[in-house]
Amino acid sequence: MSYILKGETGDWEVVIGLEVHAQVISKAKLFSGASADFGAGPNEHVSFIDAGMPGMLPVINERCVEQAVRTGLGLKAQINKRSVFARKNYFYADLPQGYQISQYDQPIVGEGTLVLDLADGSTRAIGIERLHLEQDAGKSIHDMHGTKSFIDLNRAGVALMEIVSKPDLRSPEEVGAYLKKMRSILRYLGTCDGNMEEGSMRCDANVSVRPVGATELRTRCEIKNVNSVRFVMQAVEYEARRHVDVYESGGKIDQETRLYDSNKGETRTMRSKEMAHDYRYFPDPDLQPLEFDDAFVESIRKTLPELPDDKKARFISAYGLSAYDADVLVSERENGEFFEVVAKGRDAKQAANWVNTNLFAVLNKKGLSIAESPVSAANLGRLLDLIADNTISGRQAKELFEAMVETGKDADVLVSELGLKQMTDTSAIEAAVDQVLAANTEKVEQFRAGKEQVLGWFVGQVMKATQGKANPATCSDLLRKKLAS
Amino acid sequence: MSLDKATVRRIATLARIEVPDADLGTVAEQLSGIMGWIEQLKEVNTDNVAPMSGGTDLKLPWRKDEVTDGDKVDQVLANAPDGHDGFFTVPKVVE
Repeated sequence: MSYILKGETGDWEVVIGLEVHAQVISKAKLFSGASADFGAGPNEHVSFIDAGMPGMLPVINERCVEQAVRTGLGLKAQINKRSVFARKNYFYADLPQGYQISQYDQPIVGEGTLVLDLADGSTRAIGIERLHLEQDAGKSIHDMHGTKSFIDLNRAGVALMEIVSKPDLRSPEEVGAYLKKMRSILRYLGTCDGNMEEGSMRCDANVSVRPVGATELRTRCEIKNVNSVRFVMQAVEYEARRHVDVYESGGKIDQETRLYDSNKGETRTMRSKEMAHDYRYFPDPDLQPLEFDDAFVESIRKTLPELPDDKKARFISAYGLSAYDADVLVSERENGEFFEVVAKGRDAKQAANWVNTNLFAVLNKKGLSIAESPVSAANLGRLLDLIADNTISGRQAKELFEAMVETGKDADVLVSELGLKQMTDTSAIEAAVDQVLAANTEKVEQFRAGKEQVLGWFVGQVMKATQGKANPATCSDLLRKKLAS
Repeated sequence: MSLDKATVRRIATLARIEVPDADLGTVAEQLSGIMGWIEQLKEVNTDNVAPMSGGTDLKLPWRKDEVTDGDKVDQVLANAPDGHDGFFTVPKVVE
């Protein structure tokens, strides 16, 4: 199902590589002891190192190193036991050092893989080029004063992982799937909270197009800092179309940085060419190479959780779930844990169905996370038990579930409160059946004359007579028996 | 290696140093002289020698992930010429 752009001169394909900037979860910053927490007053989480004061020396935070290695292992990537920090020089108000400490030709993590789960149930492996550690910049605020920009350095120096994909992505859909999967993996690992709206995960997209069948890469444009998965997808779609239009009208694409304007749905040039950056990378003389041994890597590997791909494979093989159901359940670690409590010792497909359909519909409607679910996993499991032992019918189960959502009470309590118990006393149902048959001799004749569908009508009547408490299957059996005699 | 005026102008821009056009020739000559000294290092054979990261055997020290610094807005802003409400300020920069 390839994504092709139709043009006047032929078909084009789009080539996309993504750079994800993921804020590392740690207490302190990458090279200073100031807090990495979000939300303090201006410049409260700033040390002299973060403020770029002369004579201050950076000292690396071990937790940030562990988190980078952990993420690398989660991406099945090469871990480099020796890496080098370099200075990336540029001049901007929220970068007080005048350079960002980053990694250049010797990053901490090398090539890895991320598997996309696509909407049609298929998967595709995308190459990871590298992951490196670097400092985040501060924040410029432009709307507090007529002629001045205000600078808050709380974010300056917080650790970022820049994760670069190979140019393997071929459609906006794959871009969306990549970002969702990346977020899912980072959250499972606990290395980044993955919140794009709050900026703890940011994305730049490198986009180019080429005629279908061509193998060379054409000039790419980089679209910076788009703050939601949907907007990245839209930006890529727009940018690819723009390239095709430029080429087909005989123009050429300049390599440049562009911004996505989500209001207008278009990208535009961000920096003029004469300002083109020349970062003059060189190894940071304040920092020796970052080195660790195999034991360090192995100690981190031992603490890795079961990751989404493995969990998905297990859900499919152990529980017999469809790829789609498994994808939904493993996208967040908490969803999978909830499901497994519900499914334990029960019909797993039915459990997946209740969690994915009924429960998620309610949570989405109420804007709640699964941790805030009004129905606990144990309680939803109880509901399934009540269906399984014929205490309640499928229809009653829906009614019970709604009551559980509204009241948060236990399934068993609500069954007796609402009088939902299904009639198991066959003689009571039989009495109702006799009554219905006696009152509708005409219909009985119709059935005996071969009009099978009348049976459904009879079941409905018996259900009505028993206030919905009779088991429909039992009703149907009894009716058939009586009508046949 | 000899630097021309255009290159010197570019380096000056990147370094945020103002060099009047009249001085570009002199600066180019001086910088080219420095480059000449550095070029002498190329005479040393460094085949099969890994690049050094410094002149010592020091290992990179690591710190624990603990908050030990910050909460000193007044000191951080002490030298700022135009602080406002805990912020640094600069002439408006909007892309």
